[in-house]
Amino acid sequence: MGLTELTAVGLGKKIKAGEVTVKQAVEAVFEQIEKTEKDVNAYVTVLDKETVLKRAEEVQADIDSRKLDSPLAGVPVAIKDNMCTEGILTTCSSKILGNFNPTFSSEAVINLENAGAVIVGKANMDEFAMGSTTETSAYGETKNPWNLGHVPGGSSGGSCAAVAAEECFFALGSDTGGSIRQPSSFCGVTGLKPTYGTVSRYGLIAYGSSLDQIGPVAKDVTDCASILEIIASHDKKDSTSVNRESYKFTDSLTDDVKGMKIGIPKDYFGDGLDHEVKEAVLAAADVLKEKGAVVEEFELGLVEYAIPAYYVIASAEASSNLARFDGVKYGYRTNDADGLHGMYKRTRSEGFGEEVKRRIMLGSFVLSSGYYDAYYLKALRTKALIKKEFDKAFSKYDVILGPASPTTAPKLGESLSDPIKMYLGDIYTISVNLAGLPGISLPCGTDSKGLPIGLQLIGDCFKENNIIRAAYSFEQSREYKRPEIVLG
Amino acid sequence: MAKYETVIGLEVHVELATKTKIFCGCSTAFGGAPNTHTCPVCTGMPGSLPVLNKQVVEYAMAVGIATNCKITQNCKFDRKNYFYPDNPQNYQISQLYLPICRDGRVEIELEDGTKKTIGIHEIHMEEDAGKLIHDEWDDCSLVDFNRSGVPLIEIVSEPDMRSAEEVNAYLDKLRLIIQYLGASDCKLQEGSMRADVNLSVREVGSKEFGTRTEMKNLNSFKAIARAIAGERERQIDLIESGESVIQETRRWDDTKGYSYAMRSKEDAQDYRYFPEPDLVPIIISDEWLDEVKSRQPEFRYEKLERYKKEYEIPEYDAKIITESKHMADIFEDTVAICNKPKKVSNWLMVETMRLMKAHELEAEELSFSPENLAKLIELVDAGTINGNVAKEVFEKIFLDNIDPVDYVDKHGLKMDNDVDGLKVILEKIISDNPQSVEDYNNGKKKAIGFLVGQAMKETKGKANPGVINKMIQEMLDKN
Repeated sequence: MGLTELTAVGLGKKIKAGEVTVKQAVEAVFEQIEKTEKDVNAYVTVLDKETVLKRAEEVQADIDSRKLDSPLAGVPVAIKDNMCTEGILTTCSSKILGNFNPTFSSEAVINLENAGAVIVGKANMDEFAMGSTTETSAYGETKNPWNLGHVPGGSSGGSCAAVAAEECFFALGSDTGGSIRQPSSFCGVTGLKPTYGTVSRYGLIAYGSSLDQIGPVAKDVTDCASILEIIASHDKKDSTSVNRESYKFTDSLTDDVKGMKIGIPKDYFGDGLDHEVKEAVLAAADVLKEKGAVVEEFELGLVEYAIPAYYVIASAEASSNLARFDGVKYGYRTNDADGLHGMYKRTRSEGFGEEVKRRIMLGSFVLSSGYYDAYYLKALRTKALIKKEFDKAFSKYDVILGPASPTTAPKLGESLSDPIKMYLGDIYTISVNLAGLPGISLPCGTDSKGLPIGLQLIGDCFKENNIIRAAYSFEQSREYKRPEIVLG
Repeated sequence: MAKYETVIGLEVHVELATKTKIFCGCSTAFGGAPNTHTCPVCTGMPGSLPVLNKQVVEYAMAVGIATNCKITQNCKFDRKNYFYPDNPQNYQISQLYLPICRDGRVEIELEDGTKKTIGIHEIHMEEDAGKLIHDEWDDCSLVDFNRSGVPLIEIVSEPDMRSAEEVNAYLDKLRLIIQYLGASDCKLQEGSMRADVNLSVREVGSKEFGTRTEMKNLNSFKAIARAIAGERERQIDLIESGESVIQETRRWDDTKGYSYAMRSKEDAQDYRYFPEPDLVPIIISDEWLDEVKSRQPEFRYEKLERYKKEYEIPEYDAKIITESKHMADIFEDTVAICNKPKKVSNWLMVETMRLMKAHELEAEELSFSPENLAKLIELVDAGTINGNVAKEVFEKIFLDNIDPVDYVDKHGLKMDNDVDGLKVILEKIISDNPQSVEDYNNGKKKAIGFLVGQAMKETKGKANPGVINKMIQEMLDKN
């Protein structure tokens, strides 16, 4: 078994035991990048190898002197390119931030570095996290390691593809409407979106502030729980960060779902769901049932309102969050402009891609005077009602089980021509963000084309322990499958 | 012209006196090299997030309580979106939907003693913008973000004012309340208090409001009065000539004495306000509200009444002293040391006022210590120095806050109370000035003043003029 096949925690153990050095781990990752990156394009920026090796040496010294004791010490990681990294290009996969080197690092990145993780590069994404395919990146689309003719999903497509292609041992992604769970599902990896407020957003370049949450992408549930334990923290710099009672997520890594109540929303299994996905997900439910969980169907309600509510809220926030990219202080500025407003217009017209512009226009429209009540306010009320539906469900169930996406990964170029269809693909992930809930996506099979299918488990707020336990139990029933990358 | 009535409402921005900015830990200190009081938050760097300074909420609450507002115990911030380079995020964090204070009122008193209530529509919290500096030499604009994120409250009045006098009385009332709270120094000239005037005219007796304009760039009480007179006239002229007033924002040019249109309602920007998602709602508990209420200071009116009763100083004096919280503090602290309220009041009313005028200082800028003023009063009362010397020493205290005891010692200013020595000097003066003696003896009692003056000159001003006067009188009467 090659070194890069190890899980993050598996590698961490070997490093701690002295069986593998941090340098070897870094070199193995660079070797893999050399081999597959040209075809996969998981990264916007791969750091200079010498710089990474130097960091590896420092971490190794701290491990040897027992200054570093975390399970991720010495483990190479990819960071989604919307998280600020001090002195390292951070583009959000946009032309407008093509030259942006942050002066500080995201809190989640600092937490990782303090634990000894070694950053390898910045993962590709949909521009400003807007998209479901990683095709809206200004730096070329990322391809699905399972089939290079297909998308990896998005927006954290680079993070998920890098993990699947073993170009890193784990990655950080961000999830505003499914951006960790959906690409995890498409790439056959495990991704967790924590309860809103669990991981600090400080340093995460905002898309939809009230929905954005950073989370781990890795090969298995154990990795995800271990990474979350390290990146989650109460951060006074983020007013929406919550001081949680417990940050112990690895305690829930037990193969025991006896008596656990699992609800399956009937509404998630109607029209539009691919039958192969449906069968794989229901088969996963059966596995949990056999292990002693109580599984039953129920009606969730309001499912069809989640997508319009989400696109109104997220676009509104984005239209304001992205206003700061104006060519004045940093980032791209047009070469040719007349006057201040001319400079603004040209800079933004040239610097942003189509999907970003579409959402800025949509967001500006729904916030404009005379339309605010009809759209934005109504969307906020819908969001509150959706939360109530979940509250009702969680009064009966510990975990809600369903698919992460209605289909497996579409072909490259299939989605962008019909944005509405692309938006509808977010149906199972989006309401989780609207309600601020934790959700995890993990592989539960492949379809007849050999593309991975993702199982989504949703928990109540601050009940990551339930979904981690259920996911871990289910994971015990199957082997981790690696993609066979057919290089171009 | 009397057929028209002016209707005025004010939007007053007040910079709060917090040490740090509203959403980050940067200093609010005025001045400083450009962009030295900045961080990722107040320069709008990607990924930065605001964290609310609790002191801002407390100051806003305190001003709201003092102006009889209802405090919104569950209030929120909103984003006001507009593009301008001094606004690093291209949105300002402000409050639209749930401002912290609403439905208040203050009572103003006019020159003729009439009282009037001015309604306060709301008070909200927001962040200030940076400053643009145009570099003529290089023909470019530079941005200084030192002011970006300095906390402001905006106090929006009801359209209850009818004249410049009422406007100034209202502003003065707000200034006093806020200064007494220590929430701001409220300096119009330095921009820590800024007023925008909304003005319309209508025929007397009309129930409907006319079309209003908003005037900006008013940085003194006098400019406000002139701008109101000018705008009233402009609007009446328009109406009289059959034209209509356009709802617009106008900029007052005080040196030229006229206003010009900045933007009309048609090009008014749509600010696309929506709740600020990076900040959680502010929940003001009953306990917190009570705590802030219990810390409210004694305000001007209560202080004035107390001074009259407790210190028995005249209303006129009490009014002037309480006109500035700082001067009232000096007064009370000095009285606490020497327990001579009338004398302290005299020093403030006469010499302090004279020197403030001569040196063009505001009451807020007084920098002498109550200890030194109290010492000076003791020196006079003990007969150690005379009144003229005291004035000279006070000027030193006023300017450099010197210790009067040391100063008098060092400069040999103690009054000469050596009666025998004085007698010799006086005898010589009497014999040298027979004309004055004769005048005195002929009933021109004022002639004695000349002799006293001579004696003061001879003693280099250190003698007690009262004592000299008495001695000369006795000596002349004996003859």
